[in-house]
Amino acid sequence: MAKKPDLLPGTLDMLILKTLTRAPLHGYGIALSIKRLSDDVLTVEEGSLYPALQRLLLQGWVKAEWKMTETNRRARFYTLTAAGRKQLGIELSEFEQMIAAIGRVLRDAKEA
Amino acid sequence: MNAVSRFVRKVTILLGRRRFGRELDEEMAFHREQAEKEFVAGGMTAEAAKYAAMRQFGNATRLKEKSHELVGFKAETVVQDLKFALRQLRKNPGFAATAILILALGIGASVAIFAFVDAALIKPLPYPNPTRLVDVTESLALFPRGNLSYPDYVDWKRMNTVFSSMEVYTGTGYGLSTPSGTEPVPGERVSAGFFSTLGIAPMLGRDFRTGEDAPGAAPVVILSYGTWQRRFGGRNDVVGQTVNLSGVSHTIIGVLPRGFQFALRDNAEFWEALQPDTGCEKRRSCHDLNGVGRLKDGVSVASALAEMKSIAQQLERQYPDSNRGQGASVVPLSEVIVGDIRPILLVLLGGAGLLLFIACVNVSSLLLVRAESRRREIAVRGALGASRARLSRQFVTEGLALVAAGSMAGLGLAYGGMRVLMGLLSKDMMIGMPFLRGLGLNAHVLEFAGCLALLAAMLFSTTPILHFRFSNMRDGLTEGGRTSAGTLWRRMGANLVVIELATAVVLLTGAGLLGKSLYKLLHLDLGFQTDHLATVDVGLPEAAFSKDAQVVAFGRALLDRAKSLPGVESAAITSLLPVSCNCDTDWVRFVGKPYNGIHNEVNEREVSAGLFTTLHAKLKSGRFFNDGDDATKANVVIINEALARKYFPGEDPIGKRMGDTELTPKSIREIVGVVEDFKDAGLDQEQWPAEYEPFNQSPYTYFHLIVRTVQDERAILPTLTAAIHQLSPQAAVEEGSTMTQRINDSQTAYIHRSAAWLVGGFAALALVLGVVGLYGVIAYSVSQRTREIGVRMALGAPRSSVYQLIFKEAGRLIAVGVVVGLAGSVGAAMLMRKLLFGVQAWDAGTLIGVAVVLAVSALLASYFPARRAASVNPTEALRAE
Repeated sequence: MAKKPDLLPGTLDMLILKTLTRAPLHGYGIALSIKRLSDDVLTVEEGSLYPALQRLLLQGWVKAEWKMTETNRRARFYTLTAAGRKQLGIELSEFEQMIAAIGRVLRDAKEA
Repeated sequence: MNAVSRFVRKVTILLGRRRFGRELDEEMAFHREQAEKEFVAGGMTAEAAKYAAMRQFGNATRLKEKSHELVGFKAETVVQDLKFALRQLRKNPGFAATAILILALGIGASVAIFAFVDAALIKPLPYPNPTRLVDVTESLALFPRGNLSYPDYVDWKRMNTVFSSMEVYTGTGYGLSTPSGTEPVPGERVSAGFFSTLGIAPMLGRDFRTGEDAPGAAPVVILSYGTWQRRFGGRNDVVGQTVNLSGVSHTIIGVLPRGFQFALRDNAEFWEALQPDTGCEKRRSCHDLNGVGRLKDGVSVASALAEMKSIAQQLERQYPDSNRGQGASVVPLSEVIVGDIRPILLVLLGGAGLLLFIACVNVSSLLLVRAESRRREIAVRGALGASRARLSRQFVTEGLALVAAGSMAGLGLAYGGMRVLMGLLSKDMMIGMPFLRGLGLNAHVLEFAGCLALLAAMLFSTTPILHFRFSNMRDGLTEGGRTSAGTLWRRMGANLVVIELATAVVLLTGAGLLGKSLYKLLHLDLGFQTDHLATVDVGLPEAAFSKDAQVVAFGRALLDRAKSLPGVESAAITSLLPVSCNCDTDWVRFVGKPYNGIHNEVNEREVSAGLFTTLHAKLKSGRFFNDGDDATKANVVIINEALARKYFPGEDPIGKRMGDTELTPKSIREIVGVVEDFKDAGLDQEQWPAEYEPFNQSPYTYFHLIVRTVQDERAILPTLTAAIHQLSPQAAVEEGSTMTQRINDSQTAYIHRSAAWLVGGFAALALVLGVVGLYGVIAYSVSQRTREIGVRMALGAPRSSVYQLIFKEAGRLIAVGVVVGLAGSVGAAMLMRKLLFGVQAWDAGTLIGVAVVLAVSALLASYFPARRAASVNPTEALRAE
């Protein structure tokens, strides 16, 4: 599966949290949302999605409850918690710092 | 989110594990359905969409496992490992049982001995700040730790600046009237601040007050807890009551706490305030007290000793006659209490350590053999994707299971071993070692056992892991992989066995030397005939026997009575039995010889006329006493050969006169006889000069009756006790004993005997373990060489040459083990020289004997694998490939 770029390591949690800021979603919805918002560039493997969701639940950054979808199917919806929102802020700022740093290095390399 | 709530959530999930799995299933099914729908919407057929969705989703089971791993505890896979480990052990019951038993023996022995070491060496003094307590006594050239005299104590206490308090104690005994007659009870006289110095307060009533130990104060007494319970029914109103001790009424002022113990005199039932009223305590030259002091903060034992020495010197100048040569001794109290048994316990702990070492080596080698046979299993598991860490963890789990089983069994053995060892201790020994009362599997001991288990577990789990790190795992898949690793183990195993055999040799030699010492000790020529002698201790109440003449009359009546008993050959009285100690000494000076003020220390015994004939001691020259040598006649004395040799070299001492250091007229005695030396002192003590005075000239109210019988001496003991009570109902009579029993039970004999037995026990275990280890290595080697042996025999090698082959291999190991062991033994024996008696560390007989025993048993152990090798069927051996 080398045809699409892999997610940057450590960014999956952040992407899930960000997706959930707008509305509670179920697992499939999260995967779909990430895919669409990234114009099909980022694909979340199911193999990483569900363990990641369990991890977030364990940390208390998301809550889960069973609800009905618009098509009247039972599904588990994940909601961002206050702690999750705070965590997202931390991760975003760390990520931006990282990107900025990488950018500086790359710019430097070009000029040299 | 903190760790606690994460843990709580994990536990919740663990409890609702089914639901967790179901929800995950449902969630993932939903995901697949949605994906399927999308594929259909994109124009796929329903069938194709279903497969596409499944393909995209991947391995659902693996996915679920990953989620489970995340929320689950590591323990779940550990449980799996553990189940597998237990299955492995069950599948190999021989291996499991051997390994667990060996481990249990090693751990059991070490833990049992450690419990004693812990009780005796780590916490011997159950008082607050025990390290500040010191034993303070006077010292002499001959007695590095002598006794204090009362006037010296008073000066020491007043002049010193190093102790926050300094007190004295001395043993005593009382006649206590009980419904069953007068009973002798042990007691202790202590100065008023004794208990507060130790840091102990009575649990009931009060401590002694200052001044209650002054002459003339009303006599007061504190009860031990046991006495309070046993004799006074544990009643609270006992405080304020009076108790009659040897005819003197004492007021009970308190009861000591239950846990109180004082190692040196632990059997004391009554603790009396010491008033310096005996004749001895009025004289500066009479030493009957022991001192105990509590050091001031910041004062070291050395500086305390220095100050006490200078005080002693000052007193020596002030009182040159009584204090000449009287120095000072200050040593930690714990040193006095456990100094004697420390070397023994350390030797034992060393023995236990060696045993544990052998046990660990054996179990490791068994594990290696097993790891070897599991090479293929491990290789297959590795090939199927088990990570190195997972495989290692399997070994760790197996090691842990083994150690857990071994440790549990070991603790059981340790408990049993402690009971047995305690059983070896006599009642008298326990009085001197009350700290052993708390012996058991306490927290300290369990911690120690835990440490041992941890070390063993670490060793046993790393052994196979290291083994596989050395060898390439892929080799395991091929049959040929066997040879290289086989050689590696054979070389390693061989080295281990050499160490084991050497250790067994060391322990066997130790046991042999100690056994020989014990034999020498018990078969020492004591200078008298020890069999058929019965002895009883008698104490007369001083109130009723205040005049010497009364005591003498009682002694005469008693001897007449005893001699008239059926089966009695002769009877005698002595102030101290033979084979006791170099103690109760006297300073002597000889009339007509130059005297430079030196203290000529000799053992002094007051004996009745018949003592020497009763003991069957031999007269060298002169005469024995007769019953007429009493106060009405001139003072006489009999000396032993040691005294004659030392003070009358080349002279005939008969007719010479001796007396005290000032040659006071009434102390002058004429030497009328010389007896051949017999043992006054303990078995392993040297022979000192001794003087024997007629009991009728210097009677004592406390003495020993000693009777030579025709028949069994034990049978007469109750009759003797009854006879004494008939003569004087107030006389306190202690349970009698026979001379041989006293000698066998004496501290010296006991120490040597228990050391010999214990080291002997260890040696037997070590021998068994070493021989089993050798068997394992040779058997393994034979199994590895089956093909080679088959080829040799197919080519015409006779069976005897196969035997030769195996015995040569075993013989080399045995020879190296024995030689290394013998060298080590001499070294070890030098270290325990203190425990040897009449035997040199390099005793040839013992060394040769041990070498023979070990070589024979080891050759026997290698005979079985050799026979198997020789009975190999060449065709089968070759076909097996």
